[in-house]
Amino acid sequence: MVDLQIIQDNLPAFLDGARVTLLLLLASAAAGLSLSLPLAVARVSANPFLSKPVFLFTYVLRGTPLLVQLFMVYFGLAQFDLVRESSLWPLLREPWFCAWIAFTLNTAAYTTEMLAGALRATPSGEVEAARSLGMTGFDIYTRILIPGAIRRALPQYGNELVMLMHATSIASAVTLVEITRVARDVHANTLLAVEAFGTAALFYLALTLCITGLFRLLERRLLRHLAHPAGAS
Amino acid sequence: MEIKLQADNIAKRYGSIDVLHDVSLQARAGDVIALIGASGSGKSTLLRCLNLLERPNAGCLTVAGERLALTPDRAGELTAADPAQLRRLRARLSMVFQQFNLWGHMTVLRNVIEAPIRVNGLSKAEAIERADHYLARVGVLHRRDAYPAHLSGGEQQRVAIARALAMEPDVMLFDEPTSALDPELVGEVLRVMRGLAEEGRTMVVVTHEMAFARDVGSQLVFLHKGRIEEQGTPSDLMTNPQSDRLRTFLASSLHRAGHA
Repeated sequence: MVDLQIIQDNLPAFLDGARVTLLLLLASAAAGLSLSLPLAVARVSANPFLSKPVFLFTYVLRGTPLLVQLFMVYFGLAQFDLVRESSLWPLLREPWFCAWIAFTLNTAAYTTEMLAGALRATPSGEVEAARSLGMTGFDIYTRILIPGAIRRALPQYGNELVMLMHATSIASAVTLVEITRVARDVHANTLLAVEAFGTAALFYLALTLCITGLFRLLERRLLRHLAHPAGAS
Repeated sequence: MEIKLQADNIAKRYGSIDVLHDVSLQARAGDVIALIGASGSGKSTLLRCLNLLERPNAGCLTVAGERLALTPDRAGELTAADPAQLRRLRARLSMVFQQFNLWGHMTVLRNVIEAPIRVNGLSKAEAIERADHYLARVGVLHRRDAYPAHLSGGEQQRVAIARALAMEPDVMLFDEPTSALDPELVGEVLRVMRGLAEEGRTMVVVTHEMAFARDVGSQLVFLHKGRIEEQGTPSDLMTNPQSDRLRTFLASSLHRAGHA
């Protein structure tokens, strides 16, 4: 049967792992989202010198496995003397820093395409109305296009965060002690797979519930212009 | 009287198709110009050339005495030489669209205060005061905190009119403002527009509503295949059309109106 004692003994380690998972998730999601907004605007630009490089970036990052990207950053960069001699080396040899870079770029690529699609889905009349009233291009982006696109992309972005959270288990491959790594250690020490990985699964499930719950609240607030008004026909 | 809007010799081509030939238009203060004609006659294109939502291939635009500096782009279409001047003149020619084009993520109030704040530099308090005034004027003040998707088409269009009014423009441009509405909602929008005309506002209206054009228009412009076929006062044109085309057009639209 399930050995609850083992789970209880290892709970502090799992909680530490959950902290690492959450930190990695939040740090890469924040950086990825900040990168993706300007990238998405460039992606939908009519200027090919802006849109093509962004397309190449998202194509390469969405076309290769995250694990390979992580290995390229963690092991690959160390191959170059230039990198090892640079002032960034103390950071670039740190596994958490490499994981943060890889996860940030990866989620930035997916989020960029998501936001670009939402920007393109703006009803053209909304932009025409803004132009006809004399609004500047900057105002049209910041007041009409981007706020509308973020709302349209919100449900999809919630999914992206859940996927990103699940993907953080890959960081165990570069020695980061997050939830999956804790589970593997427990398994190696006790040979009790269900206790080790089952507990990890429950932790991930709890985090997923938090994210989806948070997005349900956000959607209720930001998408209320689409909701059916109470009491109206 | 003061000339609010003058368009001279506007021409527009889509590829090899000429949609407007050498069309000129002049709106004096208080004029209500009704642009009529069959679909495809170029009346909406003409209206959209007036604020450069469409780029004409030739012509000249003057708003309240200020001439818009135009320069041809690579495709041979005219664009504003100075984007800031274009924005300034556009703000004086606010437009009401067939599909309302309200900003879906903003409340009614936000829709109306946005451009006065961003473009005219009003404070938020001033803009809200102005918005409430015009929302009351078009009869949708009670809906100021609703979102566009929760309004009827007639309410949405009246909000769009309030949004245009809040710019306190020199000329209001209406692009088939009732064509997307259910028949029972057309009246409420036309009533608002009649009221605006009676206040002495200068309006250029593309419309299929012949009764509105007849009662409210100070000038009727009949377009056919991108040319002005006839223009004059509504009573002259409607009682005494000179061309066969206008006669045919009037007969068919009055026939339609009879069935409506």
